[in-house]
Amino acid sequence: MLSRVADSIYWTSRYIERAEAVARFIAVNLNISMDLSTAGNQQWGPLVTTTGDNEMFSETYGEATKRNVIEFLTFDRKNPNSILTCLINARENARSIRERISAEMWEHINRFYLMVKDEGDAEGILDDLHDFYDAVRNSGQQFVGVTDATMTHGEGWHFCQLGRFLERADKMSRILDVKYYILLPSPQHVGSPFDDLQWAALLRSASAYEMYRQRFGRIAPQNVVDFLMLDKEFPRAVLHCLTRANESLHAITGSDIEGFTNLPEQRLGQLRAEFAFTSATDIIGRGLHEFIDDFQTRLNSVGESIGTTFFSLQPV
Amino acid sequence: MFSPGGSPRINCQLLYKHIQELTSNDLRKRKTAAERSMIRLGITFNVYGEQEGTERIIPFDILPRIIQGEQWSWISKGLKQRIVALNMFIDDIYHDQKILKDGVIPEHVVRSASSFRPQCVGLNPPHGIWCHITGTDLVRDGDGQFYVLEDNLRCPSGVSYVLQNRQLMKQTFPGLFEAQFVRPVDDYCSQLLDALNYLAPEHIEKPQVAVLSPGIYNSAYFEHSFLAQQMGVELVEGRDLVVRDRRVYARTTKGLRSVDVIYRRIDDDFIDPQAFRKDSMLGVPGIMDAYRAGNIALANAPGTGIADDKVIYAYVPDMIKYYLSEDAILPNVPTYVCWDDKQRDHVIKNIADMVVKPANESGGYGMLIGPRASKEEHAKFVELIKANPRNYIAQPTLSLSRAPVIIDDHLEGRHVDLRPFIIYGRDIYVLPGGLTRVALRKGSLVVNSSQGGGSKDTWVV
Repeated sequence: MLSRVADSIYWTSRYIERAEAVARFIAVNLNISMDLSTAGNQQWGPLVTTTGDNEMFSETYGEATKRNVIEFLTFDRKNPNSILTCLINARENARSIRERISAEMWEHINRFYLMVKDEGDAEGILDDLHDFYDAVRNSGQQFVGVTDATMTHGEGWHFCQLGRFLERADKMSRILDVKYYILLPSPQHVGSPFDDLQWAALLRSASAYEMYRQRFGRIAPQNVVDFLMLDKEFPRAVLHCLTRANESLHAITGSDIEGFTNLPEQRLGQLRAEFAFTSATDIIGRGLHEFIDDFQTRLNSVGESIGTTFFSLQPV
Repeated sequence: MFSPGGSPRINCQLLYKHIQELTSNDLRKRKTAAERSMIRLGITFNVYGEQEGTERIIPFDILPRIIQGEQWSWISKGLKQRIVALNMFIDDIYHDQKILKDGVIPEHVVRSASSFRPQCVGLNPPHGIWCHITGTDLVRDGDGQFYVLEDNLRCPSGVSYVLQNRQLMKQTFPGLFEAQFVRPVDDYCSQLLDALNYLAPEHIEKPQVAVLSPGIYNSAYFEHSFLAQQMGVELVEGRDLVVRDRRVYARTTKGLRSVDVIYRRIDDDFIDPQAFRKDSMLGVPGIMDAYRAGNIALANAPGTGIADDKVIYAYVPDMIKYYLSEDAILPNVPTYVCWDDKQRDHVIKNIADMVVKPANESGGYGMLIGPRASKEEHAKFVELIKANPRNYIAQPTLSLSRAPVIIDDHLEGRHVDLRPFIIYGRDIYVLPGGLTRVALRKGSLVVNSSQGGGSKDTWVV
């Protein structure tokens, strides 16, 4: 497969996953803030912090009101991580490889983009937030379904999987971080009914509520961390994502899953192994935020090494 | 669609009856549905020099244009004859130049053509074919006669719209296709792939074919991508390719992989910075070397542009006579070449009735339409012609035929032309129909999509 094509497939899938993840972030906050609003305790600033675009936000918007944050994360074309920008990028990438993906995949992305763009152009979005973010999440998931059902499960599809699972692992950990930031100013809430509500809201936004209940029953913070970070079988859990990404990486190179033949295989293999042999108690002991921070740095270096190993168009 | 008396032509009766039964609201609804479908499918072209949001659809009129079978077989015969002669001409120009030596075409006309490529002299493309894909523009005059308006032998665009328009028509008027004998166009991509495979060296069992595009910002990108997709071949950009030891390779995730045949949609000027324009970022350095060594086949061959210089066009009937000893089946539009003193005088004297075109522009740019232009514009073109006579041709304004088009809720006549597509491979294939382009502005004669023209499906019945 052409390096450029592999690059574009990988990023198409990453951007779609990212758009979906941003919708999830906002949904967590919407859910949580509904429960907190009686206490007059809405927090929108931390959301910007978790996407890592603080500086840009405060330059353009100043105050972190609900409206500003939603605009910035959803429709702002200047924000490289807004839902709309992600979809513009996904669509541009997909357009450049239309002949390599299925017609259904392209059509779905094109429609997804038009839906978000039209919504952004329309007035009164703030009245309909839940439906809108629901629609974004659904479209993201439909893309996965369409891809799975219409694209040959060969090299291109594995690049798609690789991009999706790395992005999902990253954003899943950030969603947990949202919770951390929101709890930070009031540690006395830990274990209170408020706390329970918030963890439930978080699980719902991660589409993990029912599956979590089946696994653990009662909601307890440590179990939520366990489930979302370390579950082997839940498709949105970080460990599961790392495992799947690792499988696709080895399917691409054809090398033995137990070893490594290049830098991305080495880095991802190590990271996955650590997740497989750690526990929620360990993570919380180290501090959830610190753990996630370190994880993200290392995940970035996996991404970089994938770029240099497979996509680099340097003169040969 | 209608005969001069106003009644529907024989083969249009079924369609006419069908449309009569639709309310104007139905028509509009079907038209909107078809256009919405184009947006959803991303069947768009890019408008140069504008930012995001400048992807447009080519406005699509859902009334088909109908051409009768007998007339089509005559057109098709004429096109084949023309392509054979044009190909012989190109091959001759880059070898012995007999046609110049015999004085049929003045030598200086060829020498001064900006599309003449000295780099191609002596080249022998596989099977002696230079112009593999041609889009020839035809117009029908008031007398009902089809004329060739111009030949596009470099990177003619539009065939993807022919194929997509047909798909949309099937959705829009499913009943008509069951009842009417419309000749199918779906065969085009298989024909194209066969022709491309035919260019590969014989010892290669499964040739690696690729479509070379300048990339997603090119106005015809949709077409490049569509053709690659339909043929199931790789779509590449210059940066994907590299030349090693006069062989062309694609950069893949598993290293370099050889490429055998390229359908290039990049102009000569940009295809190889080592051979042509040094500043090109789009091309592949060294690809001409690989071509000369016979390690890569290029369609269309570099150098074919010499035959679609508009001054050379004026001599195509002479070429047909010279190479084939036949009369041209399809006539040219009468054409005056301005380098000739007598013809230039005639053009200048009658400029108000002439269409003046520069020899090397496409897309309808840089033209003068005499009857529609002001005195100042006439004067300006007289100066342009005098300053560079070689660069201009002129044609009398034809009373171009019109076709009915849906405007709001009723039908109006608009000027149309027709671009059939011809593939020259083992045999010569003419796509039955072609792209009918419509000048959407009332009275306008300019049909180019870059100038706001629209399109129609063309039915050969």
